[in-house]
Amino acid sequence: MSATIPLKELKPLILSVYRFDPNKDKKAYMQDIEIEVPDNKDLMVLDVLHLAKEKETSLSFRRSCAEGVCGSDGMNINGKNGLACTTPLSEAVKRNKLVLRPMPGLPVIRDLIVDMKQFFNQFEKVKPYLITKDDAPELERKQSPAEREKLDGLYECILCGCCSTACPSFWWNPDKFLGPAALLYSLRFIVDSRDQATEERLDDLDDAFSLYRCHGIMNCVSVCPKGLNPAEAISNIRKKLTNRNR
Amino acid sequence: MKVDEIINGKDLPAMDFDSIIIGGGGAGMRASLQLAESGLNIAVISKVFPTRSHTVSAQGGITCAIQSDDPDDDWRWHMFDTVKGSDYIGDQDAIEYMCNEGPKAVFELEHMGLPFSRTEDGRIYQRPFGGQSKDYGKGGQASRTCAAADRTGHSLLHTLYQANLKAGTNFLNEWFAIDLVVNSNEEITGIVAFEIESGEIFYIRSKATVLATGGAGRIYASTTNALINSGDGIGMALRAGLPVQDIEMWQFHPTGIYGVGTLVTEGCRGEGGYLINKDGERFMEQYAPITKDLASRDVVSRSMALEILEGRGCGPKGDHIELKMDHLEPGVVHQRLPGVTELCKAFAHVDPAVEPIPVVPTCHYMMGGVPTNINGQVITLKNGSDTVVSGLYAAGEVACVSVHGGNRLGGNSLLDLVVFGRATGKHIEESLKQGVDLKKSSEEDINRALKRLNNLNASKQGKQTASLKREMQENMQNNFGVFRREDLMEKGIKDLANTREEVENMYLEDKSTIFNTARVEALEMQNLFEVAEATAITANERRESRGAHARVDYPERDDNNWLKHSIYFSSTKSVLKRDVNFRPNMVKAFQPEERKY
Repeated sequence: MSATIPLKELKPLILSVYRFDPNKDKKAYMQDIEIEVPDNKDLMVLDVLHLAKEKETSLSFRRSCAEGVCGSDGMNINGKNGLACTTPLSEAVKRNKLVLRPMPGLPVIRDLIVDMKQFFNQFEKVKPYLITKDDAPELERKQSPAEREKLDGLYECILCGCCSTACPSFWWNPDKFLGPAALLYSLRFIVDSRDQATEERLDDLDDAFSLYRCHGIMNCVSVCPKGLNPAEAISNIRKKLTNRNR
Repeated sequence: MKVDEIINGKDLPAMDFDSIIIGGGGAGMRASLQLAESGLNIAVISKVFPTRSHTVSAQGGITCAIQSDDPDDDWRWHMFDTVKGSDYIGDQDAIEYMCNEGPKAVFELEHMGLPFSRTEDGRIYQRPFGGQSKDYGKGGQASRTCAAADRTGHSLLHTLYQANLKAGTNFLNEWFAIDLVVNSNEEITGIVAFEIESGEIFYIRSKATVLATGGAGRIYASTTNALINSGDGIGMALRAGLPVQDIEMWQFHPTGIYGVGTLVTEGCRGEGGYLINKDGERFMEQYAPITKDLASRDVVSRSMALEILEGRGCGPKGDHIELKMDHLEPGVVHQRLPGVTELCKAFAHVDPAVEPIPVVPTCHYMMGGVPTNINGQVITLKNGSDTVVSGLYAAGEVACVSVHGGNRLGGNSLLDLVVFGRATGKHIEESLKQGVDLKKSSEEDINRALKRLNNLNASKQGKQTASLKREMQENMQNNFGVFRREDLMEKGIKDLANTREEVENMYLEDKSTIFNTARVEALEMQNLFEVAEATAITANERRESRGAHARVDYPERDDNNWLKHSIYFSSTKSVLKRDVNFRPNMVKAFQPEERKY
């Protein structure tokens, strides 16, 4: 992250990174780039990508906040989805090798950059905004701390896509199954005491695919870089649907 | 037409909008929301997906007298604090407008669904922040910062994106704006921009163009800012012949994590944390006996820097300070500051509930920017008097309206961006209703905006982004930091002048069209350089100490000569002065006093 890494105590690391530029490559390939990383400091994967870009300026990846809150740099790190900026090398490197691929299941635009359109389409389907029918009061809408607490574990989603692109059900039906991120977001509004469209929201989910294609594989939970639990959110929505349809 | 060609302006395909907003952060999306709801044909042009914008990183909250913590709180007290915090070069008409309109703007956010933390009676939770007082500084510490745990920026940005989705706002996501198009009447007619994914480039014409491009903290080697904070709007304005105001005023946040720069919120001190030196001494008691660790940020950062300079820093190198929170209830730390806990574990390898956090003052916020009036209209100086630039607006960190003056108070940046994003949207809506046409531009006007892209595309050799950026960042870090002095600044200015040609003629090795981030970073580097040079020259010119601008060689505030805004034009590299507004509408102006905390 810092611009200056002390030149002493460097050790070589092999970055094996997925490359594809549709301008010139017929098909994708893995490129090995040798990077000198400091021995005394646990860099993040994103730092290694910056060092790699100095050698290979055409290497492309998204990044912004570099602290795990903006959701730009979701990628597949040694086989597991995560954020490059908050994954330390000590967790990611195996046998002195760091393998980076784009998040699976979405079309690759270039190198580590995937086309997120399908992901955001599904997100938009859950009407990800507060719906109210009454006029807004002059001050804030009241909400008790207990009501507010129901949003914890839901509102923190950063839309990085790590969960949905780790989900086999989403790979198979990315246009019909909403995927863990969108469903987590859906529950965020269903349980918001201020929202007045709970029934509509549940109606929208009550078909064979939108929600019920979740088979409890739990990849979403194991990869979420914010420690959220989309599988639990999905099961909560299921319970609400079951109770309602009973 | 693709972005890798040598392009002539007359060949560029055009797109037309009533209004375009460059930047999808808080200011941009608050402005776009206002305009989308009015049914105008608008677009937000953002180089990243909007929720990746740097507003997302704001932690502690949005300061506003909503009378939740204290039913007797008063926006005028907030105004007093803000004027004092600004070291008296904040414009009092703008500060008055912000503090008075603030509650409406904050309640609107709540109505959109922002998940604020709550008090027992269901109102928005407010926490104490630095520089806040009751009763015009006489009534003790206020708790005026409305918070969603320590993820207020994330909550605010996502809420605004949600509201824009609901309103049907048109987003051009992952598009990059190269430059403004200025016609011979010095009107802004639109921008030249390209879609990063496809490399398709357009002349986007607009009746009202809004700069909402955020800050430029990446001019420094150590910063809390996102990698995308490259001062694009400042670069565009300066190249269009427009000035920047008070650009020497950079806030160094007291608590950036040592070694990485990641921010931990002032809310840590608001919730009871405090700073200690290597002797475990709570040194802020000496520098600010009344408010201690909740003095304004410029005061705390200087005190920390002095402790380190005088040999009382922590660690084997004595080069940082510690933020102690392990005496607080673990519940407070984990519930009110969950994000901080996460960041400290990842970047400092400490749990703040158990051990102190190593911190240093770190570049955080650009108080200066493109001068505007309270409607967001960009101002330039002609023959010494304010003149509105036709067709151009600015809001948020890129703008200098100026509510922060020489030093911003914590929680006032989120308020600034919603209040003035909203005001900008309202003003554009009103003025377009009265009938405004697209303005005409010539081939040369468009070619000027294409110049730096064409240069990059033609480049065959030269320095590349990474090395140029590193040199500039180290220069700024070493010569324009918390304490400044003439000899170092002059050296820094000379080094910048020597690299200008290299920056203008830098080498773009990868000239591909599809999602070429090297091209984007080269264009960003040129913007950063404009900000750095403007900062350097203006900092050397302001021969006094005020707010965040602390000069070792001119340690006193000089109201006789410098109770003024600085105005900088890059074409002449000259610094002019502009009057500070002391004419609020509803209260009597606050006159300069000695700042004590």
